[in-house]
Amino acid sequence: MEFTEEQLKRYSRHIILSEVGGKGQKKISAAKVLMVGAGGLGCPVGYYLAAAGVGTIAIVDNDEVELSNLQRQIAHSVKTLGMKKADSAKQTFEALNPDVNVVAIKERINSKNILDLIRDYDIIVDGTDNFPTRYLINDACVMLGKPLVTGAILRFEGQVTTILPGDGPCYRCLFEEPPPAGLVPSCQEAGVLGVLPGVIGALQATEVLKLIIGKGKPLKGELLIYDALGVNFRKVKIPKNSECPVCGKEPTIKELSDMPEQYCEI
Amino acid sequence: MNDINIKADRKLDIRGVVCPYTLVKSKLAVEDLELGQVLEILLDYPEAAQSIPKAMHNYGNSVLKVEQISPREWIILVKKEVED
Repeated sequence: MEFTEEQLKRYSRHIILSEVGGKGQKKISAAKVLMVGAGGLGCPVGYYLAAAGVGTIAIVDNDEVELSNLQRQIAHSVKTLGMKKADSAKQTFEALNPDVNVVAIKERINSKNILDLIRDYDIIVDGTDNFPTRYLINDACVMLGKPLVTGAILRFEGQVTTILPGDGPCYRCLFEEPPPAGLVPSCQEAGVLGVLPGVIGALQATEVLKLIIGKGKPLKGELLIYDALGVNFRKVKIPKNSECPVCGKEPTIKELSDMPEQYCEI
Repeated sequence: MNDINIKADRKLDIRGVVCPYTLVKSKLAVEDLELGQVLEILLDYPEAAQSIPKAMHNYGNSVLKVEQISPREWIILVKKEVED
């Protein structure tokens, strides 16, 4: 692929970075990223990936835009209220960068469809905020060997980590099972500062771009925790669990299954 | 350093191009070189005559020559020293 004059202008600040250059920008253009969720996290992740020129961005989300989303879900607007979030985000990202092919998948991800949905993509982004889906995505990515950049937010605190199956721990190495329903409050119950997913989503998008260009150190084996009130970033080591039920030596989870949902929409 | 007999492997004419596209085009041209090859850049944007040698040096390449060949034209010779 040769850059058009327009692309030279659009991506000039990438091309002149020695770590990106024309080669890195071409990798970005060829990359295929699938995001689960077009909510608080998915909006900034997709926005920055679209701006960066990621060739294909798939968005899996079956919800519709509501007014209560607009405090933090920056790809949607009053003009797209009631529209499927996947379509609303597609419209926004394509308006920002027509180079990008945005695939709107208006389905709820589940154990039956997830493998087929993610199979053709290079990197998966978890922008959900419910444990059943988070574990499902983790397990599916481990099974297919897909890099996964996962983020979570609540109140004033967010977390992000990168899972590289076969090269470091997975989400189940950290917490083998999801917490029982009701133990961790959802953000509908507990609230979330609107800008928080912007911080965490921007970190997730950064991880995705680093993986695509193959530069820097991925955030694997560590959970990065951001505390907005105390202005702290701290990293907690996640040891790989050799007994992990999905990525350990003798995995006991060999098939995907759906857990009862306690859905929270971020 | 200022051996005028250095032969360029590739030439890039970016007269009429302004910053930052002078650097964008020069960077892409250097990426296309093999290690040890030399690129000759011909340009007419005065700022770039200063900034491109600096940037090429920061990338880790050698700047073999910067020569003003007319009131508004410069030639820069860059040798590729590092893989991208």
